[in-house]
Amino acid sequence: MYLRLKDNDTIAAIATPLGEGGISVIRISGAAAFDVADRVFVGKGSLSESPSHSAHFGRAVDASGKYVDEVVAVTFRAPNSYTCENVVELSCHGGYLVTQKLLQVILDAGARAAEPGEFTKRAFLNGRLDLSQAEAVADLIHSQSEAAYRSSMRQLSGDLSREIKAIRDELLNLASLLELELDFSEEDVVFANRIALDDRMSDAVAALEKLLLTYEVGRVYREGVRVTIAGKPNAGKSSLLNSILGEGRAIVSDKPGTTRDTITESISIGGVLFRFTDTAGLRETADEIEREGVERAEKEAEKGDVVLLVADYGEKYYNGTIAEYARLSDICAKVGVKFVRVWNKIDLYPAEAPRIAAEGREFYVSALKGDGIDFLKNGLKELALGKEVNESTVVVTNSRHRDALARSKRSLGLALDTLRSRKSGEFVALDLRAGLNALGEITGEITTDDVLNNIFSKFCIGK
Amino acid sequence: MNTISYDVIVVGAGHAGIEAALAASRMGCSVLLMTMDIAAIGRMSCNPAIGGTAKGNLVREIDALGGEMAKIADVTGIQFRMLNKSKGPAVWSPRAQNDREGYSAEARRRVEAQESLHIMQDMVTEVLATDGHISGVDTGTGTRIACKALVVSSGTFLNGVMHTGLKKSIGGRFNEPPAVGLTASLEKLGFVSARLKTGTPPRVDRRSIDFSKVEEQPGDPDPQPFSFQTKEVTRNQVSCFLTYTNKDTHALLRTGFDESPMFTGLIKGIGPRYCPSIEDKIVRFADKERHQIFLEPEGRDTDVIYVNGFSTSLPANVQYEAMKTVPGLENVEMLRPGYAVEYDFFPPHQVKLTLETHLVKGLFFAGQINGTSGYEEAAGQGLVAGINAAIGVRGGDPLVLKRSEAYIGVLIDDLVNKGTSEPYRMFTSRAEYRLMLRQDNADRRLMEYGYRFGLIPADVHGSMRKKEERIRTLSEYVSRKSVPPSAVNSYLESIGSTPLNENEKLSQLLKRQDVRLSELLRLEFFTTDSLPLDAANQKDVVEQVEIETKYEGYIVRQQEEIERFDKYEAMEIPEGFDFQRVKSLSTEAVEKLTKVAPSSIGQASRISGVSPADISVLMVYLHG
Ligand SMILES: Nc1nc2c(ncn2[C@@H]2O[C@H](COP(=O)(O)OP(=O)(O)OP(=O)(O)O)[C@@H](O)[C@H]2O)c(=O)[nH]1
Ligand SMILES: [Mg+2]
Repeated sequence: MYLRLKDNDTIAAIATPLGEGGISVIRISGAAAFDVADRVFVGKGSLSESPSHSAHFGRAVDASGKYVDEVVAVTFRAPNSYTCENVVELSCHGGYLVTQKLLQVILDAGARAAEPGEFTKRAFLNGRLDLSQAEAVADLIHSQSEAAYRSSMRQLSGDLSREIKAIRDELLNLASLLELELDFSEEDVVFANRIALDDRMSDAVAALEKLLLTYEVGRVYREGVRVTIAGKPNAGKSSLLNSILGEGRAIVSDKPGTTRDTITESISIGGVLFRFTDTAGLRETADEIEREGVERAEKEAEKGDVVLLVADYGEKYYNGTIAEYARLSDICAKVGVKFVRVWNKIDLYPAEAPRIAAEGREFYVSALKGDGIDFLKNGLKELALGKEVNESTVVVTNSRHRDALARSKRSLGLALDTLRSRKSGEFVALDLRAGLNALGEITGEITTDDVLNNIFSKFCIGK
Repeated sequence: MNTISYDVIVVGAGHAGIEAALAASRMGCSVLLMTMDIAAIGRMSCNPAIGGTAKGNLVREIDALGGEMAKIADVTGIQFRMLNKSKGPAVWSPRAQNDREGYSAEARRRVEAQESLHIMQDMVTEVLATDGHISGVDTGTGTRIACKALVVSSGTFLNGVMHTGLKKSIGGRFNEPPAVGLTASLEKLGFVSARLKTGTPPRVDRRSIDFSKVEEQPGDPDPQPFSFQTKEVTRNQVSCFLTYTNKDTHALLRTGFDESPMFTGLIKGIGPRYCPSIEDKIVRFADKERHQIFLEPEGRDTDVIYVNGFSTSLPANVQYEAMKTVPGLENVEMLRPGYAVEYDFFPPHQVKLTLETHLVKGLFFAGQINGTSGYEEAAGQGLVAGINAAIGVRGGDPLVLKRSEAYIGVLIDDLVNKGTSEPYRMFTSRAEYRLMLRQDNADRRLMEYGYRFGLIPADVHGSMRKKEERIRTLSEYVSRKSVPPSAVNSYLESIGSTPLNENEKLSQLLKRQDVRLSELLRLEFFTTDSLPLDAANQKDVVEQVEIETKYEGYIVRQQEEIERFDKYEAMEIPEGFDFQRVKSLSTEAVEKLTKVAPSSIGQASRISGVSPADISVLMVYLHG
């Protein structure tokens, strides 16, 4: 209802200047810094049990266990840190995109996005900085929040703000209906029934969910899609890459094992940047160099978003199931990489036409003749963006917006639980308000007055 | 030159004034209560009822702090109801119909009985201040009276103008003259004023109503008193009656629109949206075919009926003809037409959370002068102003109630930080900590303050402490006790709740929707157990434990929120702090902060136009 005053909760933000390559550092500060970091960091032992000022190598993973990047975690225990709170710093060597992704994973693990200048503010309030620096600190907070506000406003497009406002208005109406029943029970007005409230609240949750999903899409637009081309030697992987790119980038030959090193090439499909990585063929091999290539291919596949498994169409009929691919598809399933089969060389099987299989995850192409490549490209785009998304779809791109939307959705979930447990309206209103306030952080302040104003404008109140 | 002098002068003997005067004198001050009409002390100028949603909570709080309203309402109540009983305990609200004459007489009796409280029938024409301190008043009869503190609680009397149709008459209430001169005098001291409007419905003769055509609304079978010090309500209750307007009523009312002071622009003041006139209702909600009319008796021994829901300022004959179309009122005798009243108020950013004005030390505003409406809102402010006036005279820390501890706190905080453009009425939805600010626990929240100020007697305070102890013991018992299926299953079945298969914690059992602690404790298993208290005779204790156990999850969450909230309330901003000095604040923030002059970081954060970044900047600055 008022400003959300920030407590000593746990905050996180990227601490190094963005954009340049090299090492990026994400700082997590607050009482729960170690717990949050442990949810993301996989290494030898937990960070919570490690001493202050120690460094640990490991991997960062998201909630589903999907690999994000290799990281180094450095621990600082309160009060011996920049902010005088528990601090964990995660360094990764990814550039802008990976760092953003890592931050998102940390926020999902329970940290809150730090306000502009908040680390410095905490350092100052906890007595870390000199009192003479007060003015400088205040200035910093001021200028950084101005910048954050401007960027947040820039990313709040007309369409997005309209959609959020529509959800907010609906929540406001729901809150009004609840309050109407509580504050104006003596009035001659019709009160909402629980089923209708449940339906409408569920719809609002679904609308928020849809917006949140677009953040994924936004990520796809911003960060692009990493596609690994895998398959047996001589399946036509390099040919497929050339055919997609429309030019001869990769060396093609009829000798199996031509590609020994990975090649990465980018192309934009429908506004989304796809980065294709051609790999060495997958098979058990004694050849030292080739084996290394195979391992690299598996590792590549794990890092990507999509794996294209290329196979000679003939195998579909002559070999039945293909044991060599089982390991790869397992890995993909485990780390949440999308797995797509491409049956190649259909030109050799005249009865076959280029097409997309009914399930959408199998394609029939001829890399050599270019048949079915457009189907494949379009299929990849749909896979990355989801079917409903088109150029005009509203997309959430700002991480603060996403954070607020996610909190709003969480609160509404709690409100729904309360509603379904048949508790009185004031308990439902508690979380509904929190949900409204979270949206208010994006679109502007929400106050009790908004609810009362809404009641007075919609219902005839008053003896 | 002047011979008369008091510690505290209170101007206006309405609901704010009597609380202020009684509190200040009970706290040891010599007090003068000035009223233009001694017979009008504690007069109910609008509907003859006390309490209602959120307002009932205010009354309970006033009582816990040692105020008078609840006790007067208990003695003079003619019908008692607990509203919202079908909902959770946080929104239950006591409400009573009161005997209008009786209420006023009882209020007067109590004021007159108070030692060192003098009453004077006179009008204040000039407020005197020297060097930013209050020094006294000049009155209409030419007397100059000195004081150390002045509470202005003059209701709707400041330049009051009443409208019925295009007929205008000056006055603050039917047949009572307005207070003139006071506004101008305050403006001379630098205060700014604005206009508000409120209205009242016609009164009719009970004997002219056909009660066969209206719906009866009886009181509760077990009437609950307002005051924690009233044992029970024993007197007979009277009923109210419900009827409705119809299309004919609306058509008739429309014939008077060209003579409506509202629609012709005669009235400039802003009226309350939650209490619109009947003409407003039929214009704004044109598709609504009927509106509720409550026929409320003004007392046990009077034939005057208050036509609640029919507030209007249309010409008297239009009011009369329109009423006759309402079922039950076909042959109605109108005793007095409704009217609208416009009056001055002083936008409340001019007072601090103590209700002392920023401009003049020792000068306090309470009630409608701050833009509120309602007896309860007025009384709450009067009590706070009276206490703080006395503290100003005697020394000590002033009373500022937080939003997290009382509706009175929410009320004053809203007024000061947000201001108001219509008469402000309390609603439970205004209180973000509503689950904690219940009417049932007002004593536990506030009696300690009342006792500290000497407004709550030691024995009353002592029994509250004892109750608190019992609550703790019973809570422990409830959270510890394990209940076997055999003990409760027949009870559970009787209320349609799933029986137990194995032992369950009593606290867990209580979380079920329909399970009542009072009913459980009557079961043999518990009566033969070593219960820590006599449950049948300590209903209030059982109720507290039941509520706190049943809603534990929500209550704990609110408590955590309150802890966070309190932290920012505790970060003080020194008086007279120059916000201009803080260069990193936005221009808008500097302007708003300077206007309201908040006393804490928490308060500053509630002022619109102040951003989180501004708050961070302020925190850093004040820390430095
Ligand atoms: N007929 C036909 N031949 C194809 C097609 N795609 C690839 N080939 C041929 O298959 C052979 C192998 O192609 P590559 O693209 O080098 O295969 P690869 O999978 O990259 O092989 P390695 O890099 O050795 O693992 C080449 O002779 C290609 O010309 C196709 O669609 N139709
Ligand atoms: Mg190749």
